[in-house]
Parts: sequence; C-alpha cells; structure tokens
Amino acid sequence: MTTVQERPAGEVGAARKRKEDARLITGRTMWTENITLPGMLHLAILRSPMAHARITRVDTSAALREPGVVTAFSGRDVADTQGSLPCAWPVTEDMVHPDHPPLAVDEVRHVGEAVAVVVARDRASAVDALAVIEVDYEPLPVVLDMEDALAEDARLVHADKGTNKAYTWVFDSGEAGTGQGVDAAFAGAEVVIKRRYIQQRLIPAFMEPRSVVVDPTGDQHTIWSATQIPHILRVMVALVTGTPEHKVRVVAPDVGGGFGGKLQVTAEELIAFMAAQRVGKPVKYTESRSDSLVSAHHGRDQIQDVELAARRDGTVLGLRVNLLANMGAYLGIVTPGVPLLGAFMYNAIYKFPAYRFVCTGVFTNTTTTDAYRGAGRPEATYAIERLMDELAVELDMDPVEVRRRNWIKHDEFPFDTVAGLTYDSGNYEAATDKALELFGYEALRAEQASRRESGDPVQLGIGVSTYTEMCGLAPSRVLGALRYAAGGWETASIRVLPTGKVEVVTGTSPHGQGHETAWSQIVADRLGVPFEDVEVLHGDTRTSHKGLDTYGSRSLAVGGIALVNACTKVIEKARPVAAHLLECDVSDLEFADGAFRVRGAPSDAAGKTIADCAFAVFAAHDMPDGVEPTIDADATYDPGNFSFPHGTHLCATEVDAETGRVTIRSYVAVDDVGRVINPSIVEGQVHGGVAQGIAQALFEEAVYDGEGNLLTGTFIDYTPPSAADLPDIVSDRTETPAPDHPLGAKGVGEAGTIASTPAVINAIVDALRPYGVSDIRMPATPERVWQALRGGARS
Amino acid sequence: MIPAAFEYTKPSTVDEAVRALAEGGEDARVLAGGQSLIPMLRLRMAAPTLLVDLGGLGELRGVRDDGDALVIGAMTRYADLLRDPLVRDHAPLLAQATATVADRQVRHLGTIGGSLAEADPAGDLPSVAVALDVSFEVVGPGGWRTISAADFFVDFLTTALGDGEMLGALRVPKQDGWGTHYEKFSRVAQAWSIVGVAVAVRRENGTIAEARVGLTSMGNRPLRARAVEEALAGAPATAEAVSSAAARAAEGADPPTDVWASAEYRSHLATVLTRRAVVAAGGIHAS
Ligand SMILES: Cc1cc2nc3c(=O)[nH]c(=O)nc-3n(C[C@H](O)[C@H](O)[C@H](O)COP(=O)(O)OP(=O)(O)OC[C@H]3O[C@@H](n4cnc5c(N)ncnc54)[C@H](O)[C@@H]3O)c2cc1C
Repeated sequence: MTTVQERPAGEVGAARKRKEDARLITGRTMWTENITLPGMLHLAILRSPMAHARITRVDTSAALREPGVVTAFSGRDVADTQGSLPCAWPVTEDMVHPDHPPLAVDEVRHVGEAVAVVVARDRASAVDALAVIEVDYEPLPVVLDMEDALAEDARLVHADKGTNKAYTWVFDSGEAGTGQGVDAAFAGAEVVIKRRYIQQRLIPAFMEPRSVVVDPTGDQHTIWSATQIPHILRVMVALVTGTPEHKVRVVAPDVGGGFGGKLQVTAEELIAFMAAQRVGKPVKYTESRSDSLVSAHHGRDQIQDVELAARRDGTVLGLRVNLLANMGAYLGIVTPGVPLLGAFMYNAIYKFPAYRFVCTGVFTNTTTTDAYRGAGRPEATYAIERLMDELAVELDMDPVEVRRRNWIKHDEFPFDTVAGLTYDSGNYEAATDKALELFGYEALRAEQASRRESGDPVQLGIGVSTYTEMCGLAPSRVLGALRYAAGGWETASIRVLPTGKVEVVTGTSPHGQGHETAWSQIVADRLGVPFEDVEVLHGDTRTSHKGLDTYGSRSLAVGGIALVNACTKVIEKARPVAAHLLECDVSDLEFADGAFRVRGAPSDAAGKTIADCAFAVFAAHDMPDGVEPTIDADATYDPGNFSFPHGTHLCATEVDAETGRVTIRSYVAVDDVGRVINPSIVEGQVHGGVAQGIAQALFEEAVYDGEGNLLTGTFIDYTPPSAADLPDIVSDRTETPAPDHPLGAKGVGEAGTIASTPAVINAIVDALRPYGVSDIRMPATPERVWQALRGGARS
Repeated sequence: MIPAAFEYTKPSTVDEAVRALAEGGEDARVLAGGQSLIPMLRLRMAAPTLLVDLGGLGELRGVRDDGDALVIGAMTRYADLLRDPLVRDHAPLLAQATATVADRQVRHLGTIGGSLAEADPAGDLPSVAVALDVSFEVVGPGGWRTISAADFFVDFLTTALGDGEMLGALRVPKQDGWGTHYEKFSRVAQAWSIVGVAVAVRRENGTIAEARVGLTSMGNRPLRARAVEEALAGAPATAEAVSSAAARAAEGADPPTDVWASAEYRSHLATVLTRRAVVAAGGIHAS
C-alpha cells in the first residue's frame, strides 16, 4: 500500500466558489447553439414516426422548391458514403453488431430515427420544408419486450441477423478463480432469496439539448458539439467518414450537462458533417426537446433475475445474476458494455465467496440505450441492496446488521473481490455509524413501531443503502481485457506564461462538473501560484490534443493524477533554472510555499518562484548550459487500478396508504470519496446525484405504447422532478484516502445516483411491509403504491 | 420546435379584436398568455393563420366589485388573481386553485380567460368555475351575451363559444359565508392535476346546508359531483357523514386513463380527495 502525501495547507480542501459558474448560470458563454458563423446554414431532420418499417420511397424534391432551402437528402442519397455509427465495445467475439447508418436507408427500427434532412438559410425554413418531404413506410412487425424478443419465433429487429440476441456475457467466480462456484454455495444455503427486479428505461434529460455546428471551410473541418467526448468524437469522425484525423478539429464549448447522455457519437453529428460537406458551408443543428427525448440515447432498461444464498446467521454465501439488457434498436458507443460495468459491482461491499453473472443483450424496436449516470453500477447496487433488505426480513434481522455481518472491514483492505477487482480502501463501519447518527435511526425505528401499532394511515418507512463503486475509468489493460477499443489514461499540460500566469490544458471535458475550479486549486497548491492565476483550458482538440474526456467519475481520479504529475515535472524543470539564478547547487534547493530556497534557509529568505523561473526561461538570456528554455510540462497517466468510493445513505419515507403518495421525510448521505479537493463541489455532485436517483425511484420512466411510440415524449409526461419534489438532503463525509492517488481523491460523479435509488425503494417497501407488500415497481408512483397496497392486502 | 408561419395582430380595443377575429375567419385564434397555445403551435398541433393577441386590451384585465359578484376580466393573469384583495376576500377558492397552477413563470403569463377558454378538463380553474356557477360574459360579432358554467364547457377542449366570439369576463359569485377548499393531486409539484377537487360548503348550525363540488380531470370536461352534493345537503357536519357522501364522488364521472394514472385510480382518488376537501372546507373535525 502506497502512503498518501500529506494534504498541503492551502487551496485544496477549500470550498472555493466555482470560477465557471458566473458564465454558466447567466448563460453568457459559448454554448454550441450560440455559435453563428458567416454564411451558416441550418439543418432540420425528419424523423421516423414508425417503430419498424421498410422505407419504400423518399421524395425530397418538393422540399427543394421551398423558400430558403439549399439542399435536402435522405439516407438513400448517401447510402454508399455515410458509413456506420461506431460501437467501441464489442463485448464478445461473436457479438451481433448491426450496421447503424446515421440516416436510415431501407428500414427504420425505432420511432425518432433520422430519415431525411433539409438544409436551409434559416431554421424556420428548414423545419417548414420537412413537412413536404414524402416518405412511404411499409410497416414491419414491432418487438418491444425483451422476453418476447428472445422467444423462438420472435419478430426480428434486424432480419438479416437472424436473432434479437446481441450477445451473452458470463462471469463465474469459480471459473475465473476469484471465488468458489455458485452451485456449491447454493447447495449449502439455509436461505435462498429469489427476486426479479425491473430497471425501468430512463432518459438522461440533460438541460442543454444536443447541438452541433460543422464548418467545412477551413483547412481543418471544425465540429463544435455539445458533447462529453470531443477527443473520442474526433477519432470516430475520422474513422467513420474517412476524413484524415489531422483534418478534423472538434470543440466542446461549454456544455450544459450530459449525465452520460452526451457520451455518444451521434447520428446528428455525422449528419451535420455530411450536410456541411455537401453544401460547402457551415451548418448548424440544434435539437428540440421533443427530438431529444425520442432520439438521444436512453439508459437503464434491464430485467434482473437475482438469487441470493445465505446462512440463517445472515452470512451471504453466493449470488446468481441473470440479466437481460435492452440495447434498443442499435448499438451505441458503449451500449453493450454498460451492463458489464455493473457486473463487477453486484458483490458491492460484501465478502461473499461465490458469484455468477450472465448478461444477454437484446435488440428491440426502441431508442438505443447507452450510458446514463452510474452506467450499470446503479442497477447492480439496486439489486444487491434490495436483496440484503429481503434477507434481513427473512431472518428477522435489522437491515443494517445484515450488512454489517457481510461487509469488508476497514482493516481488510486492499481486498480482492469475488468479481475480480481489488478494492483500494474504505471504512464502511465509520460511514455507516455516522449516517445512523445523523439520521437518528433508533428514534425513527421507534416512531415507526408506534405508527404501525396505531394503524396510522400514513406509514413511516426506513431505507438503508450502502454502496461502493468503481471510479476512475479505467486501467487501460483492464479495458483491453474487456475488449473495449480504447484506453483509460488521461493527460494534462501546464504552460507557465512569461508573467507567471499558468495555463492548464486538460484532456478531460467538463460539462458542469467544475474542473476549472478544482484543477486551479490543485495547481495553485502544487506550484505556489494564486488560484486566480490559473486558467484551465479544455474541450478543443486544437489546444487539448489528447485526452479521453469525462465520464465514469474519471476526471479527478485519473486526470487529477496526470495534473499532479505535470506539476511535479514543472517543478523539476524549474529547479536547475532556480539553482542557476540563486547561484547554488541543484541539490541544495528545496521547493516549498511556492519558491525554491537553499535548504535550511528561513521561509522568508529570498527565493525564486515558479514565476521567476518562467520569466527567466522566457528571456533565456542566462540559462545554465544544456538546459531547455522552458518549464512547461505534459503528463499522461494510466491508472493501475480503479478507485472505490463508498458510502451509506438512509432515507425515511412517509407513505399515505389512502392515496399511495410517497413523501421523503428525511435523507442522509454519508459518502467517502477519499480526500476532497473542494467540499462544495462534492456536495453539489452528491445532491444532484441523489436527485437523479430519487427520480428513478419515484418519478421517471420512458414508456412506450404497443406500437413503439414513446408516450413520455415531453417533460410534461416524463415528469422529471423539480426542487419542489425533492427533500432536504443532509450530506456529510468520512475520508478514507485513496492509496493510489497522490491527492488521496476518489471519484464522486455517480455516487449519489447509485446509492439513492435503493435507499428510497427500501424505505417505501419498509413502510408497506405491514400490508404484506415486499416489492414495488419503479418508479413508485402513487398509483403503483396504491395497487401494491390493494394486492398486498388481498394476498 | 418552430411554429408554422402565421399573421399576428395586437388590437387595442375589444371592438378591434372582434373585428380582427371576424376577418380572420376560421383560422384565426385568440392569443392570451400563450401558455397552452404556444406549446401547441410549437408542436404544430395547431396551425392558425392569424393570431389575435389580446395582450393590449387593458379593459379585459383586472377585478371589479359588482355587488354580489366579482367581475374578472378574461385577460387577468394568474399572478394578478393571487395578489388581488377582492379575490382573496370574496373568492378564496379561486385564489387557492390558482396558486396550484404550474409554476411562477406560467402564472405570470397565463390568464383566467385562457385557462377557461382552453377547456382542458385537467385544468384547475374550470372545475372551480363549475363549482361556483361562474357566468361567462362573451363578446362577438353579435355583441355581448352570457353563458352559464354548466353550458360553457361542451367537451374536451371545446366550449360553447360561437364563431368569432371570445371570452371577455367572468362573473364570480362572492362566497361570503362559505367555506372553500381546493385539493390537488399531481405527479410532480409543477404539473396538471391527476385529480383535483374544488369544494364550497355552507354550514348552518350543526349541518351542511349546501355543498358544491367540482372535479378536475374526471371526464371530458370539468364536472360537478352531484351525488356528493345531494348526499351532503342537510347532512350533519361530521366526519362520518362526509366520508359516506364523498364515497360517491366518482358517480357518473368518466375519468381518462393516461400515462399518469388509470381511470380506476382516478375514481379512487376522487373519493379520498373529495372527503379531504369537504372536511377542510367545512372545518369538520374528526369525531
Ligand atoms: C409548464 C406548464 C404547466 C402547466 N400546468 C398547469 C396546471 O398545473 N394547471 C392548469 O390548470 N394549467 C396548467 N398549465 C396551462 C396554463 O394554465 C395555461 O396558461 C392556460 O391553460 C391557458 O391560459 P393562457 O392565458 O396562457 O391562454 P393561451 O395559451 O393564450 O390560450 C389558450 C386557448 O384559449 C384560447 N383563448 C385564450 N383567451 C381567450 C379568450 N379571451 N377568448 C376566447 N378564447 C381564448 C386560445 O385561442 C387558445 O385556444 C400549464 C402550462 C404550462 C406551460
């Protein structure tokens, strides 16, 4: 175990206000939609109203005659050149990987699929002209349900593939040598809990709709896009379109949220690219909210058949997971891999020795699914945390006690898990104790007992959820072993300007996370420069040449290490310069409090700062022999392991037994994300994440009708909650440093989303137990709760 | 999305507005706060060729005391109603229901006239209007006439307004001496009702002398829960009497099934919410 460096007193750990917020909150910044270029044209997209149909005819000629229209074309017009949207994660060798044309050619396979486009001088003319494009559809049978799709004589989403099964991926601890075989574990079990949980389909619902501008007029084709992944997009555009990579520049300007929903190489980006090339002028496309809800990728949508084996003393012996994962109609950039990110997390914080996971990816005539905040890990955590509660009930044990009996103790780290990972560090005891105390667990249990006793029509429920997650995606060798096409390293560059100001270029691509602030805090401490003197640049392949962008709670956990390493290199490059200026030997110098001084000199003795060295190399009049006149440095870091934050969330719900209305009365989140760079950013991430997890538990679901029409195609129907629907969140922390990170930091981007959904559902089910209810479908709408109460009462 | 192209006019008197509507013919539409109409235009579910914006008609905005009733101009915004002392003192049910509509932004633009003319059975004010027997003062090529609340709401999104007619004002009977309550149940805080119940109750001694109950989202138009009203008339002001009367709330209703709730659940909710609303309006204590 490596030791963690002491936290420097200073910026790191301070609740700095975020530098980027003034411009983000006022909107006075460059969003993609704000970009206007000389001669720019506007694109509108005609989308399929059918979930599955053959396209027998598309006629765009009438659109060409509409005022302002410059060009119009359909998939057939570009069939030979448009290429196929990429999937970078073929999880098995024999995975079925259908073509995914940006514009549908002969067949549409979900409502909302792009069919034809119009490019016009203004946006309204482009939209108007869509109305006169004629498309003849010949309906084909629709398959929506995953189990139907896997049936013998199923209707096929991709007829030429002969199956709706994309892949089956298996992990077995017995076979992998990471634990025992599950069959033996189940054979020896005293208790077996078997359940089916449904992870409903969700829509990421980022605030800024997707938008793209393509300018084909320069030496480089420039793509501005509201994306999380400008670097990956550049590589993919080059590969898909055949444009040489050095002729493509991608810029992610300020981006208004993503939650995984903008971790995609989208049809719209490639369509805009094609359109711009066709007309030789800049082209802009910004989706409407209605377009976004039906065409941007969705998340979750899994059926989880899970089985837990245990002894009557509460010791868990093994877990079987049989998963169906809805791919939607096509495979997005990491669609097949999302459930696999969960595969490593079903064992959660527990020590049980046997585990088997089987996942089958299934095609249906629905919008493609892909990463959504947590990506696989919320689903896994939900299943195991629901099962632990069921086990507690079965054994008549407190749900916290059942967890305590199974979790890894703080002195057992690093811990090799049954799923084959090595958990770096953690202290589940401390986080749980703190959460119980803040929550007032005992008092609430007492109140619950008395309300049950009195038959109160409003029942109290208490939900427990513990979690860990793998952050810091990802060690490249692990990704390689999982057949992912890219690596998981990250880069940082530091340029110290002649006046001592610092430019930091990061390969991460923030879209609301606050990297500019956190990175400035880190650099300020490391180089001894003021926070305000650091400028963080990102998201433009012209300034940030390399990077793997932002998702999977990786930016600080991986990119932060690259940043610290780059700082260290700057100091090392400045050292001979400072020694020369101070006329001493390099080995006599130490760097502290922002300056090089002769070792042993008092801290107020004159020294040479990084700024002094930067000016010296700029002038370069008097450099030591053989020393390069620069102190700028780059670093690229590939993590050796993931990082594993954890926490305990507790939720108290009040359930109105008459109406089924669930109200969250109190919510406590104690998270351990290692050392914290900026507590208010961490708190913001936790609050937002908890809100999104509560949204899955109580409010949101993408619903299709029998023909594959999205019924929740507006926010009015999709019902994302607002602040008025959410509780006050008490959030606190314990700090167990990450041993592999020089700052001790882990990731925090997804924690809240992962922990909160099972906390809320466990609380609802706990409230309903006296009525004989042992499960509730998500989202637990008032009507579902009411139905469960009626069903429970009947049984 | 972007609406289809349309002509736009903003008259400054009611006469001009009526003339503009007549000239525009079938494809002319009145624009009030735009909080229902603009989304429809943007989704291209409506494509009028002329919008007659009533935003310039000061004479249709505001609340006036007219003896036993308040006269409220059709262009009075939700936010105006919430601030108005006459509404607070004499039509508190209207104020309470208005406060549950959507969010602040919508309430600063949406109007009482637009809300009623839209005749959305899920809207919160239509059920209040039928519960209170509001009269609708409408104006058109043939001048002014009055339509009763019972006659105004014809069907889903359909009113008794004739060709070229528009809503000018509402006559809201004062509820002095009545207890009132609006009970709204929605999926998220800022949304339409799954079910809403508007109640006005007049008590005499220990009994409920008279009760009026309007239902939101329980049919193709705002409904009166007549069976409940009959059961309550003359009933003792007790929790038991209210419960048994409220159990009849869904009688004769034909609630929709949609993505928010089933008809069955709505019927159930109507009984629970009606009980709660009558209890609150009548100041009835658990016995
Ligand atoms: C996000 C959101 C949430 C909402 N939530 C709710 C809610 O919880 N409860 C609720 O009740 N409503 C809700 N609404 C609808 C809102 O109340 C609308 O404001 C109202 O339905 C229409 O009023 P308006 O003044 O905006 O009318 P407009 O949208 O301008 O017009 C609506 C219709 O009425 C016609 N019209 C308007 N004025 C007149 C007139 N004087 N004479 C004849 N015809 C006229 C128009 O031609 C149009 O057909 C919501 C709206 C939004 C956008």
